[in-house]
Amino acid sequence: MEQMGIVFALLGVACATLFSGIGSALGVGMGGRAAAGVLSEKPELFGKILILQLLPGTQGIYGMLVAFVTLSQIGILGGGARQLTLEEGLLYLVACLPIAVVGLISAIHQGKTSVAAIGMLAKRPDTFGKAMLLPAMVETYAILALLISLLAVFNL
Amino acid sequence: MAVQQMKKIHLCAWKSSRGNILEMLQRRGIVQIASLKEDGYFERVDADALRSRYEKKASDTEKVLEFLNSRVPEKKSLFASLEGKKEISGEEYRRAAAREPELLSRVEALLEAEQELEQIRVEKLRLSAEGESLWPWMNLDIPLAGDGTRTTAVLIGTLPGQRTRDEVISLLKAEDPALDCFEAEVLGSASGQTCLCILCFRKEKEALEGALRKLGFAKPAVTSALAPAAYAEELEKEKKKLEEREEKIGKRLEELAGQREQLRFLSDYYTMQAGRYREMSRLLQSAHVFFLSGYVPADQAGKLKADLEDAFPCGVELEDPGAEEEVPVLLKNNGFAKPTESVVESYGLPGRGEIDPTAVMAFFYYFFFGMMLSDAGYGIVMTVGCLLARKKFPHMEEGLRRMLTMFLYCGISTTIWGILFGGYFGDVIPIAAETFFHREVTVPALWFAPLDDPMRLLLFSLLFGLLHLFAGLAVKAYLLLRERKYMDCVCEVGFWYMLLTGLILMLLPSKIFASMAGISLEFPAWLNLLAQILAAAGAAGIVLMAGRKRKNFGIRLALGAYELYGVTSWLSDLLSYSRLLALGIATGVIASVINTMAAMAGGGIPGAVVFTVVFLAGHTLNLAINLLGAYVHTNRLQYVEFFGKFYEGNGKPFRPFSAKSNKYFDVKEEN
Repeated sequence: MEQMGIVFALLGVACATLFSGIGSALGVGMGGRAAAGVLSEKPELFGKILILQLLPGTQGIYGMLVAFVTLSQIGILGGGARQLTLEEGLLYLVACLPIAVVGLISAIHQGKTSVAAIGMLAKRPDTFGKAMLLPAMVETYAILALLISLLAVFNL
Repeated sequence: MAVQQMKKIHLCAWKSSRGNILEMLQRRGIVQIASLKEDGYFERVDADALRSRYEKKASDTEKVLEFLNSRVPEKKSLFASLEGKKEISGEEYRRAAAREPELLSRVEALLEAEQELEQIRVEKLRLSAEGESLWPWMNLDIPLAGDGTRTTAVLIGTLPGQRTRDEVISLLKAEDPALDCFEAEVLGSASGQTCLCILCFRKEKEALEGALRKLGFAKPAVTSALAPAAYAEELEKEKKKLEEREEKIGKRLEELAGQREQLRFLSDYYTMQAGRYREMSRLLQSAHVFFLSGYVPADQAGKLKADLEDAFPCGVELEDPGAEEEVPVLLKNNGFAKPTESVVESYGLPGRGEIDPTAVMAFFYYFFFGMMLSDAGYGIVMTVGCLLARKKFPHMEEGLRRMLTMFLYCGISTTIWGILFGGYFGDVIPIAAETFFHREVTVPALWFAPLDDPMRLLLFSLLFGLLHLFAGLAVKAYLLLRERKYMDCVCEVGFWYMLLTGLILMLLPSKIFASMAGISLEFPAWLNLLAQILAAAGAAGIVLMAGRKRKNFGIRLALGAYELYGVTSWLSDLLSYSRLLALGIATGVIASVINTMAAMAGGGIPGAVVFTVVFLAGHTLNLAINLLGAYVHTNRLQYVEFFGKFYEGNGKPFRPFSAKSNKYFDVKEEN
């Protein structure tokens, strides 16, 4: 039972990586399918469309970021895991939750918005600025979650 | 620094010089021709037929170029897209244009060659298909179409299934016992079929055929008056001939590939022609003269008028556009702000009564971009990369060049922020020193390291955000003052400044701020009082004055209260700037993850190799992702938070009639 602290902390690490990663994979996947369709007709848009497809990919990176900071805070990276009480472990788990949950859901919705933006770009290639901004609006909430998770983990 | 002043230009000239005038205007590329309405005397020019003819010619030339490229591929460098259009002088242009008929005949020849090659391809396919179906019959030494002699008949064909000669004979006898005088030969079998040649008396042919039909006998797919072997040889010969023809065409194509450059010119030449006819249909004409009207940037208008009147017998008039007219917008900024014009353009150009926000925005743009990327290593990579690209490709397309210049300035800003925060490819210097030289090196930050004190950076992010938002509000105040709407300026801007400043001054000495910032501020009593008065006065002003255009006092108050509710949107706008911190930390942390991974292989030579590979791959990826992030979110901060305060951007862009749609060449205008 003494090990439960580190178990929960690692559960937090896993959640942050897992859920935001799943969300980004789904989002980028959706974008990729739409992109492939458009590119078959308009290959010259490749650069722009790739950017739109990539936009929902950041949540996975944010999740990894929180996971990495947590790992180094609990001493698993850099050798010699710290002894964590059950309470401390649970605190780390909770700190990881914002980016895990918001990352998952926002990436999926950002993916859907990206699909729509790719469609818009296909019809009007000159509207790249606007097409890029629409999915970026969704990302704001992932950034806020990242910020809270990071601040919590840093200050624990 | 603002929007370019425009003049209206009106031109009237003989129809005989119409083509030349349009060509001159096209090459100058500074006039946007307006569509005019017909009246009783002047009529629109119908040039659609000519336009589509030239468009067809241009697309034919493009098709030929593509075809040439597929046959004789051209070596292209990886950065070919950066090169931009080739510049040619007006003299070269005229010389090349004179060769148009000759070049056109070449295009036609190439189109024919393409068709011929296609025919050859189809023919070759047919030949090889025939040759293949001939294979099972190769043992036959009489023609496939043979019918036999006077008294004997030959039946050639296939039966389903693999059969031996004896099986075939017994099957036939079983089918029709009356048959006995025939000879069957199995020539071979292919894909579950048996190829047969059967010899019989002519009088028995019908009976035999009947029996065979019942067994599923089928004639061969190919027939010829030659024996299969000879026929195959014949096919082979034909194929050879086709190949020779193909080779000949290929050689000619290789010769013609040297003239690609001229064909490219031709394509541009036709595109320009088509463009001229497109504009021509906007003009009005009578029996002898034509009339043109449009917009031209004011600083170039005088010279254009003089040049036109010099070169052609024509009348040109310039006038200032009317106040109510929707004048097309061209931005005009100094070198520092110009690169960010494209950011404003993709939001929308300033409409009537608005100012060009580029100059105010540019500083914040570079500032925020650098703060989000905030790594000196990445900044230097960007700066050097952009400088090199600009130097290496001087003819780069204008939009691309501006984009690169923007990233150049962003790169410089990133470098500065990186030095302030002590990030050089994350923490590569301490880690490399530790791994390879076992020394402890610390790279001090000029200001402070964000990871050591994230709350401090958060507060600064919000402070910068507040300055950004206040700047937006100040621009709004300026606009209102310019239109002499002093009352609106006080109500819509002044009260907000009062309210927000008061609220912030009230927040600063509070406990919640102290716990966030780690410092507690003690304000003197008068300042606290002043803060409260400011906030209260601002709020009261907003509630009372926001609905000032309504007579009904109740509705007026309700509108005012709703306006006051806008405080929440200020809060969310402000918090939105926390992304400056989040993205800044993200760059640094991912960079240090990469460095940690790179150092995992330890010291020594193999360790150094692994380190280099992981370092290069990892940081390239991180730079790409964070560059995208910084770009997207800097744009967002400008578009949503900043522009939201004062800017609508519903102006129409200035699209001069020019040779810009050319793909390959830029004709230099000598003056």
